[in-house]
Order: sequence, then structure tokens, then C-alpha cells
Amino acid sequence: MSDHHHKETFVTKYIFSQDHKMISKQYLVTGIFMGIIGVLMSMLFRLQIAWPDHSFTIIEAFLGRHQDGGVMSPDIYLALVTIHGTIMVFFVLTAGLSGTFSNLLIPLQIGARDMASGFLNMVSYWLFFLSSVIMVTSLFVEAGPASAGWTIYPPLSALPQAIPGSGMGMTLWLISMAIFIASSLLGALNYIVTVLNLRTIGMKMTRLPLTIWAFFVTAIIGVVSFPVLLSAALLLIFDRSFGTSFFLSDIFIQGEVLHYQGGSPVLFEHLFWFLGHPEVYIVILPAMGIVSEIIACNSRKPIFGYRAMIGSIIAIAFLSTIVWGHHMFVSGMNPFLGSVFTFTTLLIAIPSAVKAFNWITTMWKGNIQMNPAMLFSIGFVSTFISGGLTGIVLGDSALDINVHDTYFVVAHFHLVMGVSAIYGMFAGVYHWFPKMYGRMMNKVLGYWHFWITVVAAYGVFFPMHFVGLAGLPRRYYSNTAFPLFDDVADVNIVITLFAILGGAAQIIFLANFFISIYKGKKAEQNPWRSNTLEWTTPVEHVHGNWPGEIPAVHRWPYDYSKPGQPEDFVTQITPLMDGEEES
Amino acid sequence: MTALLYVLLAIVLAVAIWQITSILNLKGVIATEKDNNTQGVLFAAFGIFFYGLMIFSFWKYSVILLPDAASIEGESYDTLYLVTMLLILVVQAITQFLLFYFAFKYRGIKGRKAVFYADSHKLEMIWTIIPAITLSGLVLYGLFVWNDVMDTSDAENPLIVEVYAKQFQWEARYAGEDNELGLANVRNIKGINTMGVDMTDKNALDDVPVRELRLPKGRKVIFKFRSQDVLHSAYMPHFRAQMNCVPGMVTQFAFTPSMTTEEMRLNDKTIAKVDGINKIRAEKGEAPYIFDYLLLCNKICGASHYNMQMKIVVQEEADFNAWLKDQKTMVQVVVQ
Repeated sequence: MSDHHHKETFVTKYIFSQDHKMISKQYLVTGIFMGIIGVLMSMLFRLQIAWPDHSFTIIEAFLGRHQDGGVMSPDIYLALVTIHGTIMVFFVLTAGLSGTFSNLLIPLQIGARDMASGFLNMVSYWLFFLSSVIMVTSLFVEAGPASAGWTIYPPLSALPQAIPGSGMGMTLWLISMAIFIASSLLGALNYIVTVLNLRTIGMKMTRLPLTIWAFFVTAIIGVVSFPVLLSAALLLIFDRSFGTSFFLSDIFIQGEVLHYQGGSPVLFEHLFWFLGHPEVYIVILPAMGIVSEIIACNSRKPIFGYRAMIGSIIAIAFLSTIVWGHHMFVSGMNPFLGSVFTFTTLLIAIPSAVKAFNWITTMWKGNIQMNPAMLFSIGFVSTFISGGLTGIVLGDSALDINVHDTYFVVAHFHLVMGVSAIYGMFAGVYHWFPKMYGRMMNKVLGYWHFWITVVAAYGVFFPMHFVGLAGLPRRYYSNTAFPLFDDVADVNIVITLFAILGGAAQIIFLANFFISIYKGKKAEQNPWRSNTLEWTTPVEHVHGNWPGEIPAVHRWPYDYSKPGQPEDFVTQITPLMDGEEES
Repeated sequence: MTALLYVLLAIVLAVAIWQITSILNLKGVIATEKDNNTQGVLFAAFGIFFYGLMIFSFWKYSVILLPDAASIEGESYDTLYLVTMLLILVVQAITQFLLFYFAFKYRGIKGRKAVFYADSHKLEMIWTIIPAITLSGLVLYGLFVWNDVMDTSDAENPLIVEVYAKQFQWEARYAGEDNELGLANVRNIKGINTMGVDMTDKNALDDVPVRELRLPKGRKVIFKFRSQDVLHSAYMPHFRAQMNCVPGMVTQFAFTPSMTTEEMRLNDKTIAKVDGINKIRAEKGEAPYIFDYLLLCNKICGASHYNMQMKIVVQEEADFNAWLKDQKTMVQVVVQ
């Protein structure tokens, strides 16, 4: 690690940087950019859902040949929901969230000069960038982007005869995802190795902040499950391009029998969800880690049940790999298997409940500092509970039958992993912005951003449960084909109005973020009076993080308001006082 | 409605621009005691809004929900659903209250020190064991219902029906007098034999192909699902029934209809829902809607996924038998 003083050019500092702090910012800005695309798409299809036959200039402007007189085509509607899902789940909430904060915080909070391999870290980011470019490019191909749903179940995703998006658009989707997975694996391996090997003196595993525990375990889940999606994607490429029959059999389409014989779409579902479900935890665990850290710091209290929090992260990670079948209760899979998956799925509610209770107890008798990061963390706990509880309905095989693939599911997962994880991401940005850019974000804008977002998000997703309970399936281009759903139309309008409000509120965030980079108030070294190591580094970034020796660690990170201490925080590098017991 | 939308947009943009310009003047970055106070109070207010939204939604939207289950299995589904939902709502009400109340109550005050309270095995045992016990109960109850619903054994002389999916249409085939479906494969699709029934199989000859699904009240129906092109999902929400249709394999589901279409039209909840719908339709100048059971597609399958439906009629068994007798069998359809 002695080579970190070499001379840096513009290219090595800002573009092909191997410094984890710069890579973290690259991930964040790319993630924000992809997020803007994903959110704009949701605005467009929400317009279609609320006013199916209405002509919109904005749709005419954005969708070009995929619309007719300001009304979008059914194919592009399906493409929009597909790419919205893909971008939000993978590019924003996996790369944008985990990539940003794992990169920023792992070396800083464990006391390391950088990631174990700066080079692999750089390659990881640029592969992610490449996959983002390909995904965005796929929006512009002749027949439209992939449109078989973000779950890309074959045969729909395999046959261009079935839907135009399954031509070139799907090919690019698969290539983009394959590269994305490579990027994600390189990142994850780096995180694991770094956490295991590069902790500073005294930084025992049981003294790690919960953020690091969350990132570490997330990386392990990623390494275990992402390769399975890669194999599914490769087999699907074989079926599409080389005539194999892994997932296809007995197909008659447009007047002809196709040659495929013996494959099974259900196999694809198994492979997809073997990643797909752990993916949900890849998204939510880092947000949980961030929120745990911020709630403790801003409540000026130790996180309640530190060991239980670590235990529940590990339990969730383990269980997450054996619950994928709950996405397939009505897939035609053996009902006995459904019983097993119901059991494992409802087990996961226990560690999740423990976490929720521990966050709430952490706030109890605290001295809560209402910084924007704290508001978003409280918002996280709220949406995580609201969304998590309906998981008890969906995880129960019997109850899933009638709400499967309806808007009830859409409401559930958006609250529990979409909105929650985004709140976690916002919380992280507000909290660690000073560490990233050396400046502070404006709090008043942060408050406006939070309150409009939180009202809008509940306004969107709470009524949406009822749309699902009315029996309306998701991914319907329009509900006008069924008089049965005429009474749902009004609810859909309310939802869309809240969605537009929520989308517009993000402008406040974007303005705050980008203006603060240049004009924000200069940050102090430890603005939130936090215990963790990253706040012992200088405000101005240095390659190698600490100018001198890396400090040694003497205590856990949650000594907030410890009796007998002069301040309400005690940094991890403060040695124990005479006669003081470690918490 | 669009006018409202534009007004809303204008307001949001105005607020956004006003706030964004204010960033140049306001340099506040860390919450002060005043902020803690304001935000804490806002959390209390939001808590009230949150409960209001929940209560309002349940009051306002209960009418759009599906009416009572129209199958025997669906009735046990509804009970399980009710028990689970009540439990969820209780937990939701308590935890969200605590969250917003603590945010309000413990908002930061200068000079106050938080309580150093890092651990309590007793508390943690409580909130591990109570959810564990509750969930065990729910799992057992759920699995009991699941086993019951997924029972496709033919012990009670069930009616056998094949439901056949393709882009973007449903067809069906009754097993006929022998109550055994003839073999079928997409490779046999030809002309009027749209489901690819194997006419060399003697079980196939008396099968009855139809475009409208009719079911007898009180007799168990076993559905065998096939698809000829992509995944579809046969969703019959009024019967609390759903199963995917998978190319290359046969999937199954069973239920016993418990209310005829006529009876369902007279159900209180159906009447309330249909009244609501017809009020909306009248405003738009559309013809009144009359309730019918439906089979809809619930797995993304292409451009017209949103309009892939088939009417289901439930009749008294005698009426159903009479109707079925009048339908042409496979051999009549294909040979003629």
C-alpha cells in the first residue's frame, strides 16, 4: 500500500480512478442518472394507467413511434414496466445503493487505506457503466426494448413472434445483465476480502458498525446467487439464438409448431428466483445497515441489541436463499414444495420483526436529532413495517393464490424493498454527503424532500393494495376491457397524482445534491458527532484515507450517551478510561 | 382531471423553485433544537395523517373489493384471509404508533442526555418468541387450507375440464361422458381442432370443446390447464382460484362452485359493487354492467394481455347437464 503517493493525472483521478471514494461517487452519480430514467418511465406508464385513452403531449414527445396521437402502444407500455423494474432493482438499488456505500464506507469504517484490489474495483465500476450504457441503448432499438416483465420469463422473452421486444431489445437486455452480474461479482468479492483482511488494529468483527456487517453479508449473498442468474441468462441466450430447448417445449405460435421439445419454463422460474429473491435482500440489507447506523447516531443512543442485529442479518441472509419458491406457488410446482416454501418464508418474518422492534427501541428515550438522514431512516422503518406485514399474506401459499400477480403484490414489494431501500439510500446520501464531497447538503430542502416524498409514497402504495384486492392484475395496459374494474379507475387516478407529486419532489433532492456539491457549506470533520472511523479522516480526501498511521480501535461504534463520558459520543479510537467497561 | 393534474404540477414546481432559490440564502445544515421540535411535531401530525389514510382507505375502498367467495374452498380462503389481515392490522397499528410517537416524544432537546440502553435479553426474547409462536399458528392454519385447496384427487366424482390458453384467448374442453380427457399436443393443431386434441385417442372423441365456461354448482371441478405459446395464468378471482398455464406441461387446480351466477348477482356485496360501477358508467354514458364471473389472464403474455378473458357461468347441476348435452362433441366438430 505504499504506492498511493504516485502522481495522478486527470484521467486516473476522475475517470479510471482506483480510489474507493471516487468510485463510490461514480456509482452514486450513475445510479442517480439511471434512477431518473426509471422514475420518468413510471410517470409515463402511470399516466397510461390512470387515463388509458387520453392523449398526452408528453407521451408523444417521449415515445416517438411507439405511440399514436399521444396514446402509448400496449407493447411500449409493457416495455416501460419491464425496464422500470430492471433499472430500479438492479441499476439503482443494487449498484447505486450497494456500490456507492459499500465502496465509500468499507475502507473508511474498518480502517483501511483502500479496497483490497483497487484495480478490480475500478473494473467493477466500468463494467457497471458499460451495462448501463447497453441497457439505455436498448431503449432505442427498432422493435422496442425488452418487454416480457423484469422477470423475463420464457417463452415470452424467447420468442420475438410473441412480443416485439423479445427481439434485439431482449438480446441487449441479456448482454447488459450478464455484464452487470460480472461487475457485481467483482465488487462483492472485493468487499468480502477487504472486510476480512484489512481491518485496523482492534477492529474485531464484533466492533464493526452494522453498516459493514450489512454490506459484508450482502456481498456474500450476491456471490452465492448472482451466478445462478448468469447461468439462466446464458441458457436463455442459447434457447433464443442457438436452438436449444432448456426452457421451451411444445409451442405453437402464428400458425406453426416450433421445434422446441422437452424444456420447461418452470426451470427458468426456479433459476431466476434463486437469484431474484436473495436480490431483494441484496437491496434491503445495505439500507438496513445504513438506517441502523443513522438511527443510533441521531438518537444519540447505542443501537439496541447490537448482537441480535448482526444475528438477524445473518439469519435473513441464510433464509433468503431458501425461500425463492414463494414466487411460484401457482406456477404448477408441486403443492408440497409450496408448503415448504411457506414455512421458510414466514420464518424470515422473525429476524425482520426483531430488527424493526430494535430500531424502535433504539429511539425510545433517545435525544433525537432530526437531520434529514434521520427523517428518511424513520420513514424507512415505517414503510418496511407496512410492506413487510403484507408479506405475511403473500408468503402464505394459500393466501397467495388470489392476490398473486395483482396490484397487491406491486404495493407490497414497492413499500418493503422499493420505497424502503430508496429511503435508505437517501438517508445515506444526506448522512455521508460531507464525507463524499466535503460539503453539507441543505437541511430545509431535505425536510421538504422528505415530507413530500413520504406523503406521496404512502398515497401511491397504500390505496394500491385495494386495487389488488379488487382483483386487478398487474401489467395490464388498460382496465377498460373489463367493466368489473370500472370502479378501480378513480383509485388509479389518485395513485397517479400522488406518483407525479412524489416524482416531482425528487427535483428538490437533485437540486440540493448537485448545488451542494459546489455551493454547500464546508463540512466540519465530524458534523454528526458520530463514533465511527470515517469521521476521523480529514475532510479533504487523501488517497490512503489517513495522512499518518491508521488509528487503532478500542471500542464498539455505539457508545452514545455513555454514562461517565464528557460528551454524548465516544469515537471508536478513544481508549477506554480507567475502570471503564467495554459495552 | 387533467386540469387538476396540471394545477398540482404547477404547485409542486413553484414550491420546488422557491425552495431551490432559497438554498442560496439558507446555509442551515445540521438540525437545531428548533428543527427537532418542528420535525417531531410533524411526525406526530404525519402519524395522524397515516391512521386517517388507513381508515379512509378501508372505508372508501371496501366497496370495490371482490364480493364473497363463490366456491367452498374460497370460503375457507376468505376466513384465513380475514384472520391474517386482522393480525397484520393490529401489529401495524401498534408498531407505527410507537414509531411516530417516539419520534415526537423523544425529539432532541439541548442538554438532555439519552438513556444508555444497549441490550435486554428479556425484551429480545419476547419479540422473538411472540412472532415465532404467532407465525407458527398462521403457518399451520395456512398449510391446512393450502392442502385442502390444492387437493385435486378425484375421490368425489369431480367434473374434469381442460382450460386452454393462447395469445390472447381462452378455450375449454369438457371430458365428456367418460369424464376422461383425450390426449392433446400442439402438433395436432389443425383447422378447427384448435386445441390440438389427438383424435386417434378414443377418450378424445366425446370431449366437448367450448368458448364459454359453464360450471355446475356443488360439484367439484378439476381444471387441467395447458398453454400453446407463452405462459398465461388462469385467474378466477371470484372463486379465489389461480394457476399458471405452462407450455409443455399440464397444471391443475380444483374448486367446488357454491353460488350460481344468479345467486351471486343477488349477493349484497355484489349489488353494492355493481351499483358503484353502474354509477360511473352512467356518468360516462355507457350501458349498465351486469355481473358475471370471469376468467382472466394474470401472467404477462403480450400486447393484448389486458384483454384476455372468458365468461364463466355457474348453474344448478341439472341446468348445467342439460346445457352440456346440447354441445357438440369433438368428433362432431372435427369430422363434420
